[in-house]
Amino acid sequence: MDVKVKVDKLNLWYGANQALHDISIDLYNNKITALIGASGCGKSTFLRSLNRMNDLVESAKIEGNVIIDGKNIYDKDIDVVSVRKRIGMVFQQPNPFPKSIYENVAYAPLKHGIVKKGSECDELVESSLKSAGIWEEVKEKLQAPGTSLSGGQQQRLCIARTIAVKPDVILMDEPTSALDPISTEKIEALMLELKKSYTIVTVTHNMQQAARIADHTAFFHLGELIEYDETEKIFVNPKLKKTEDYITGRFG
Amino acid sequence: METKINKNNNFYIPQIEKRNKQAKRFRLYALSAVVLSLSFLAFFLFDIIKAGIPAFTQSVVKIEITIDEETANNPYGILERDMSRLVSRAWLRSFPKEIDAHPEWIGTTQTFWALLNAEADQYLKGAQNKLKENQKSKLDALLQEGLIERKFNATFFFTGDSKIPENAGFYAAIIGSVLTMLVTMALAVPIGVMTAIYLEEFAPDNRFTQFIEININNLAAIPSILFGLLGLAIFINFFGVPRSSPLAGGMTLALMSLPIIIVSSKAALKSVPASIRQAGYALGLTKWQVTKDHVLPLAFPGVLTGSIIALAQAMGETAPLIIVGMIAFVPDPVTSFTSAATVMPAQIFTWSGMPERAYIEKTAAGIMVLLTVLISLNTIAVILRKKFEVKW
Repeated sequence: MDVKVKVDKLNLWYGANQALHDISIDLYNNKITALIGASGCGKSTFLRSLNRMNDLVESAKIEGNVIIDGKNIYDKDIDVVSVRKRIGMVFQQPNPFPKSIYENVAYAPLKHGIVKKGSECDELVESSLKSAGIWEEVKEKLQAPGTSLSGGQQQRLCIARTIAVKPDVILMDEPTSALDPISTEKIEALMLELKKSYTIVTVTHNMQQAARIADHTAFFHLGELIEYDETEKIFVNPKLKKTEDYITGRFG
Repeated sequence: METKINKNNNFYIPQIEKRNKQAKRFRLYALSAVVLSLSFLAFFLFDIIKAGIPAFTQSVVKIEITIDEETANNPYGILERDMSRLVSRAWLRSFPKEIDAHPEWIGTTQTFWALLNAEADQYLKGAQNKLKENQKSKLDALLQEGLIERKFNATFFFTGDSKIPENAGFYAAIIGSVLTMLVTMALAVPIGVMTAIYLEEFAPDNRFTQFIEININNLAAIPSILFGLLGLAIFINFFGVPRSSPLAGGMTLALMSLPIIIVSSKAALKSVPASIRQAGYALGLTKWQVTKDHVLPLAFPGVLTGSIIALAQAMGETAPLIIVGMIAFVPDPVTSFTSAATVMPAQIFTWSGMPERAYIEKTAAGIMVLLTVLISLNTIAVILRKKFEVKW
């Protein structure tokens, strides 16, 4: 198993409040890693430090390394924009741009110069929407606003938009928590499909979801990484009492 | 329709009638406040329109003049004494030009519709006037014979100010306002919007930024006349911008509009959901790409509305313009940004202080024109807002 993302002693503060304590973890290539834990345990913060979204929070201060393909993304000689191009992100609430479906997908690749306007761009939009499993539903109405779609469709559009810039890693912050069970099932199936080409890290509050789709699961508690192992081991035979308590629903 | 509440059931609450009465009373108070303010507005509009409508027409008299070489040299002598006291001096003054334009008239007798002077006009409109009894009876006689008519007052819309009331027009003020607003718009909108973008999207949230923002909010509440003093000190005295010019006035009004545009644009930018920015950043877009292509289009209706309303307010502003000299008497419409000009509210102010009775209707008519422009601007703001609003 290749290590795609190597996190080494990551500490993060929001002002005086330390949100992450000495997190060290290896995330594997072409696998889904689920981050679980109670609200406020730092799993989303951790996820957002993998593509430097925490840079947008002025009070945030970070120490430690996040090494992706052998390069620390917090190095001074790296531009944050290029980091986020390589490491895409899907959010809890579907947040398509208030533009057409086509523009939603095409905007960023055009800006990055991945494709040129015209047929090349059309092809990328089509292949991205196909990869996100939404092409059949929207191919007739690419000029309709992205916000006119249902919640589940919007989320898949957001995934298509993320894929279109050709990232290596896709971060998902509770991607299904705002969706109904049927849409959730579609997104989960999509994630299993996508892991063949991408490394996926997802935050979830849904234990069954973690058990269903994740290859590895990391349990966070109060800003610390408590336990990290293959999903089966975490769920069937956790080493620590805290993990077991959380998974079985005794706290959290 | 009021149904009596049945007290003998287990839904009954003892104080319910009292509470309902309270609610009703409050509704009445609120409603009467609305009715009161609406009636004030209605009274104001009625009063202005009643006073202003007569200004849109002017009385003219049919006269016959035998034209010879001498007529062009002494236009004031072409009419009999009692008649020439009723006809406008402005009309007589312009008569030689007419003759120059029509040399074939010399030696013939022509019929003209001559403009009556303001006093005669006021008498015919039933307003107060200083005419003598014999002049009044002369006018009555002319009216009887059908030699007097009321015509649309084109002078009002196509000439500048004049000390002769019947010759005074609003045109110079309208052009002055347009030029002044062009300067204000060209300065205040880009600077204001850019400042708002910087403060809202780029500036770090520190003491210094907060200090700037507090001061901008304070500037929005400063009496406008102080901006006039600032404009006088900086633009005219220091930079040497010509006094009374649309350039000086426009720059002064831009100072006044800036804080309003900044505050409203900031509010519009703030109302764009954070999720849109996050979506952009997560795709590896730069701050400017996110701002320009995703945040600004959503904030645009708000920015536009704020700007138009700020400009409308500037258009109705008088005090700072008096300070920079835009209260000047301007008989000819300005053609450049640096020549002396006046604006609509300043013209209204000037007319309101004139001693001649006839300026009352001019003042009211000027207010009507200004109000029409302002109401149209606000309507345009609403329409544009609706048009550019992005559907979610």
